[in-house]
Amino acid sequence: MTDTKITLCGIELENPVIPASGTFGYGYEMAEYYDINCLGTFSFKGTTKEERFGNDTPRIAECPSGLLNSVGLQNPGVKVVIREELPKLALVFDKKVMANVSGFSVDEYVYVCERLDKERQVGWLEVNISCPNVHGGGMSFGTDPNQAASVVKAVKQVTTKPVIIKLTPNVTDITSIALACEEAGADGISLINTMLGMRIDLKTGKPILANTTGGLSGPAIFPVALRMVYDVAKAVSIPVIGMGGVSSAEDVIEMMMAGATAVQVGAANLVNPFICQDIVNNLPDVMAKLSIESLENIIGISQEEF
Amino acid sequence: MKQTIFTIQENKQLTETTWRMKLKGDTSEIISAGQFVNIKLDGYFLRRPISVCDVEGDILTIIYKILGRGTEEMTHFHIGKELDILTGLGNGYDLSLSGDRPVLIGGGVGIPPLYLAAKRLIAEGRNVKAVLGYNTVDEIYYEEEFREIGCEVIIATADGSVGVKGFVTDALQTIAGEDCGYTYFYTCGPEPMLKAVYNATKTSGQLSFEERMGCGFGACMGCSCKTVTGYKRICKEGPVLRKEEVIW
Repeated sequence: MTDTKITLCGIELENPVIPASGTFGYGYEMAEYYDINCLGTFSFKGTTKEERFGNDTPRIAECPSGLLNSVGLQNPGVKVVIREELPKLALVFDKKVMANVSGFSVDEYVYVCERLDKERQVGWLEVNISCPNVHGGGMSFGTDPNQAASVVKAVKQVTTKPVIIKLTPNVTDITSIALACEEAGADGISLINTMLGMRIDLKTGKPILANTTGGLSGPAIFPVALRMVYDVAKAVSIPVIGMGGVSSAEDVIEMMMAGATAVQVGAANLVNPFICQDIVNNLPDVMAKLSIESLENIIGISQEEF
Repeated sequence: MKQTIFTIQENKQLTETTWRMKLKGDTSEIISAGQFVNIKLDGYFLRRPISVCDVEGDILTIIYKILGRGTEEMTHFHIGKELDILTGLGNGYDLSLSGDRPVLIGGGVGIPPLYLAAKRLIAEGRNVKAVLGYNTVDEIYYEEEFREIGCEVIIATADGSVGVKGFVTDALQTIAGEDCGYTYFYTCGPEPMLKAVYNATKTSGQLSFEERMGCGFGACMGCSCKTVTGYKRICKEGPVLRKEEVIW
């Protein structure tokens, strides 16, 4: 008998599989395709104070083993999310959802978190201080330990829900940012957001993305993400959610061995809309093959000295 | 949307860069002309979105143009090969608005989805004209197929090698009668052509747009556009937009 249960910031999940923000809408759209209650939970589309269209198109470019996106936080704004999207989700999802929050100022993060805090369906606030596709906000909070800490402190004052800070890999030392967030009161860390990259159209000599650069995700970044999860999990004592190119049950287990308590799946959803369901279904078999009885017991085993 | 395995029944070259593939599988999710499928190719991360040209029973027909390495590789696929395909994507054309004499206006690789639209409109007893635009005579494909199902076909070539010299909008003028010659239009093609059609047409109609897509089923917001009726995803609320909602 294998046990896939884990506990994330005090909330028990049936399994550690979490579709990542920006690849799963507000959940109900994906519930057209399968029963999303099989998931541990999912992180909904990054939500800001006001409605945002995002960047111009093209917003997508392909590359070997992954893709670049420069969507730029398209979302209907927190009021519409609460009034329209969450009620639709409630019809198809019985579990607590992870609310992904973005902003361009500390005040905006506070505004959005304060409102989502009142929503019973919201289990965790995942605060994104790492979006590489918007200017004058997003990632700039995630590249400086002091600014990161200021967001955490401000948000913690307006919510009693666990606050998970989502970090960017586009820094010299991600552990120093993670430590600053922990010290400021964060309840968890999720990493990694996408890595900045670009592609050029050989026929025109111009960047493919209208935004010039975009965030790289997919299997191409898995080893980088794994290394960063390993480093951060070693440095902090709060739970870490690992993500970056995860595409299989084996990848989930590898992330957990590196130190992740739960694991998000992003780009893989875009190629196979059923991938998270497949991973959940495959986990027990893969665990059995590896003689793993409980996923909770493998969290961070790679950190131990052999 | 459905994820299913299709088996290649035919992979045939139509012109130097255009190929037709017939695939056998579960086509039940393909409801409307103008919808597309998204094909997984080994060695490429993202799927290839390709519009549905025809569907008859369990046979799906697509027409693809060699645009990059992925589509180039597709030309080497043999009969019997299995492909992982997401079907039933996008909204497709609403054919109920056609009136008695709709015109279908297609340019280059935008022509295929109009074939199924033509078949269905003719089956409903409409008098259908097809204005098909190509760069040159060597690039012409499917002219006969449109005629065989009962369409009146007007060809335009940019170099004048056959048919009306110029663009589809030049050919469109030739069918104009006292009442402009058509009751409604359906179009698909490169964006500059769509814009020209939008400006040249005198009736309402529907335009099918193209955009670089991430997922093809509405999850990633990669292909969003602004319309009069709000933000839309080309892959989900599109690719077909009504003329009245288009913002250029």
